[in-house]
Amino acid sequence: MGVMTYREALNLALREEMRRDPRVFILGEEVGVYEGAYKVTQGLLPEFGEKRVIDTPICESGFTGVGIGAAMLGLRPVVEMMTFNFAILALDQIVNTAAKLCYMSGGQYNVPIVIRGPGGPAHQLAAQHSQSMESYFYHVPGLKVVRPSTPRDAKGLLKSAIRDDNPVIFIEAETLYGLKGDVPEDPEFTIPLGVAEVRREGTDVTVIAYMGMMYRSLEVAEELERDGISVEIVDPRTLRPMDIDTIIGSVRKTHRAVVVEAGAGFAGMGSEIVAFITEHAFDDLDASVERVTGANAPMPYARNLEQLKTPSKEKIKAAIRKVCYA
Amino acid sequence: MAQAKTVLSSKVDVELARRLYFQMFLIRRFEEKAAEMYALGKIGGFLHLYIGEEAVAVGATSVLRSDDYAVSSYRDHGHCLAKGSDPRRMMAELFGRRDGLSKGKGGSMHLFDKSVGFLGGHAIVGAHLPLAAGAAFAVKYQGGDQVVLCSFGDGAVPQGEFHESLNLASLWKLPVIYLCENNRYAMGTAIHRALAQTEIWRIAETYRIPGEVVDGMDVLAVRDVVGRAVARTRTEHTPTLIEARTYRFRGHSMRDPSAAIYRTKEEVEREKQRDPIALFRDRCLRDGILTEADLRALEKEVNDTVDDAVAFADASPEPPDEWLLADIYKE
Repeated sequence: MGVMTYREALNLALREEMRRDPRVFILGEEVGVYEGAYKVTQGLLPEFGEKRVIDTPICESGFTGVGIGAAMLGLRPVVEMMTFNFAILALDQIVNTAAKLCYMSGGQYNVPIVIRGPGGPAHQLAAQHSQSMESYFYHVPGLKVVRPSTPRDAKGLLKSAIRDDNPVIFIEAETLYGLKGDVPEDPEFTIPLGVAEVRREGTDVTVIAYMGMMYRSLEVAEELERDGISVEIVDPRTLRPMDIDTIIGSVRKTHRAVVVEAGAGFAGMGSEIVAFITEHAFDDLDASVERVTGANAPMPYARNLEQLKTPSKEKIKAAIRKVCYA
Repeated sequence: MAQAKTVLSSKVDVELARRLYFQMFLIRRFEEKAAEMYALGKIGGFLHLYIGEEAVAVGATSVLRSDDYAVSSYRDHGHCLAKGSDPRRMMAELFGRRDGLSKGKGGSMHLFDKSVGFLGGHAIVGAHLPLAAGAAFAVKYQGGDQVVLCSFGDGAVPQGEFHESLNLASLWKLPVIYLCENNRYAMGTAIHRALAQTEIWRIAETYRIPGEVVDGMDVLAVRDVVGRAVARTRTEHTPTLIEARTYRFRGHSMRDPSAAIYRTKEEVEREKQRDPIALFRDRCLRDGILTEADLRALEKEVNDTVDDAVAFADASPEPPDEWLLADIYKE
């Protein structure tokens, strides 16, 4: 076990998987000579060479398609999106091709590709560089979608994503790259996709949140503890497939739930989780499920408006109090 | 770099002539039968016929090795058959039956046959061009000497993915042959209304790769030009852009039966005079390569093959309900 940053954990996962499996290679803008716009691929070019760490021109659709074609023939590409906001340029390749190939070929072809990079709200990057992109992908059968909140998860889940035989959308957060935590150094350490993690045990209410919103909810939970409200926090980690059992199990214990998400609420992850809870645990609920979501607006640049756009501690706290009637 | 060449058709021996004629005639009959089955309601959805363009797929594929790859667009029956796929399983796929290549879940626009290296029919215009580059990337990565033949229509040329792919294939020296089947209409839009550069092969020069143009109605000319490209690509890993000038005798799809809005009857009739199958048939007779009896025997064999494919497809059961949720992910 070693303490390292989220960025270093991702780097270690890439390095270990490239050492383990010669079919794994990295493709993307600035991943080689520049060592990654966010330095996730630092040191990989010197170790693995130009054959396996490949700088691309700015053509997301083209290089994502190259990754998909290579995966059809048995390679295991890791395609980096400099930020996930740019993945929209490759949305056709991801949604119409990568996600569908296994199905529409009757299982003859499969696409073991990982598409990774930072996404989610950042600091004053405004409308085109500061979006929660996961909702574009988790709607699509054939894709898996991962959002790892800790350095340990970043390593364990990325390794599983690379070993998975299906297309995996792996969205990191640029606000978490410097976050430090304990990370197992065992090269065989992995975390299975589709398994949620209870981040904090509690008895009164379940909060479901990931990435930055999970950390904000943890702070809220500590503050509410002093007021006698015990908050349990579940981090789904993989959004598709979603670990419904862990979420429902927690709700059955606490009888109350709040879903927090940074993205806009309309047709968002929160809607889906609320639907799951009402379908599977309605009779266990002592209050209707609350959602705290990003405002239904593009991300503004101005600092004060940016803060308004994203769920605040106050809003999370108010939602928890509401479901607890406290 | 890029050069236009008038290619003289090379010599053809009896065995090759048989093979080329059989395959072109098979594609023609297979599709005529598919059109019939569509009219009877046995085939649904979209059905894009390749009739008139057979010389391109057959000529090009005839110079590939069995371990080379091919990939195509939604107009994919010809390429799949030429690559050696089983007509029975193809027809069953068109019928949406369980013995279809994709278990009935792909249909006409999504034929895939891994057993013959056919990387699929792809129904989003231009989307399979980067895929072809990716397959070629994998070949090179793995140290192989296979080539990837990527067929697409002139309608894909304005797409960004065409240009992104040619740029990447040239930069990275990928063993891919981009074969544009220029039938002059992107659905109902004539080429001069869609492309600033209608001499598609000239675009190769922009990407510093060889570009050639060929008469797509002459199966031997296609064979020659693609053959040269394959030899170069296999040894030097240089991509090539080839423009084969051809014509589709039918509408864009079965839902565009007359194709009369955007082109004249006179034009269609004029082009039908250059039917690639009739041209090759005449040439075989004229040069004494095959006799009328030889050709008739081949035609009979094709007719039997297609009838058998239809009978097989019709007898194949519908896919079971539980297949709806199978193959979404590889387990």
